[in-house]
Amino acid sequence: MKARVYVMLKTGVLDPQGEAVRHALANLGFDGVQGVRQGKLIELDLADGTDEATIAQMCDKLLANTVIESYRIEVL
Amino acid sequence: MRAAVVVFPGSNCDRDMAVALRAAGADVTMVWHKDASLPDAVDLVAIPGGFSFGDYLRCGAIAAQSPICRAVVAHAGRGGYVLGVCNGFQVLTETGLLPGALMRNSGLKFICKTVDLVVETANTAFTSGYQAGQGIRLPVAHHDGNYTVDPATLARLQDEDRIVFRYAQPLNGSVADIAGLVSDNRRVLGMMPHPERAVDAGHGGTDGQALFRELVGQVVAA
Repeated sequence: MKARVYVMLKTGVLDPQGEAVRHALANLGFDGVQGVRQGKLIELDLADGTDEATIAQMCDKLLANTVIESYRIEVL
Repeated sequence: MRAAVVVFPGSNCDRDMAVALRAAGADVTMVWHKDASLPDAVDLVAIPGGFSFGDYLRCGAIAAQSPICRAVVAHAGRGGYVLGVCNGFQVLTETGLLPGALMRNSGLKFICKTVDLVVETANTAFTSGYQAGQGIRLPVAHHDGNYTVDPATLARLQDEDRIVFRYAQPLNGSVADIAGLVSDNRRVLGMMPHPERAVDAGHGGTDGQALFRELVGQVVAA
């Protein structure tokens, strides 16, 4: 089985890289880009039957730093 | 004083740290990240700067899960001293020994220069050789030194006099210009600037010397 983990900076944590991308888009003439947030997508190839709680533990212990990041799990 | 310097794949300030500690009189052992225990009777563990594990995932995240870090957390739990510099500071936040996190610099650039710092408190074994409010100059060399912490924890750090160094001018986006802080028992210090790069006249400055001298002196006396 496969799962995807999306890791994003929490709302309210300034994302300097996202801001830089937003400025670059504006410089390219793309008007109206009001915000850009940049995160990570992690694909996991897992033993069949791995439950979502185990994946959440992986996120809490390593994949995300929950001080500044939130995550979302998608089991495929 | 017995000190251990942790070496990860990608550490690059480990030898400088050992030289600075030895010059201050410490008996230094280097320990490899796969070691599951520290040498006997170690007083201080130093986690040096560098790019442990290539900064993969997040700076310090993989290192924080290494076998030696479990031993470092146990050492801190017993009241042992820990000094984390630069990548070492990032490792300490990732292990949870220090609160908050270090994000990409707000200006997105790697910053490598000597900066003015203010010593905010002399009430730690690391800073008793300085005066509170004293200005010192130390080198910084980092891409991810933008310290962030939630407002409630920041208020607690301020109330408990745990902010140890601040940048004299805004540098990298750090909240309250924080450059270094201690744990609640004041024995775990994390800082982005490099005191070990300012201990010899040949370095261009010696403002880091007092940190090592006082730390080694106090722990020997204890």
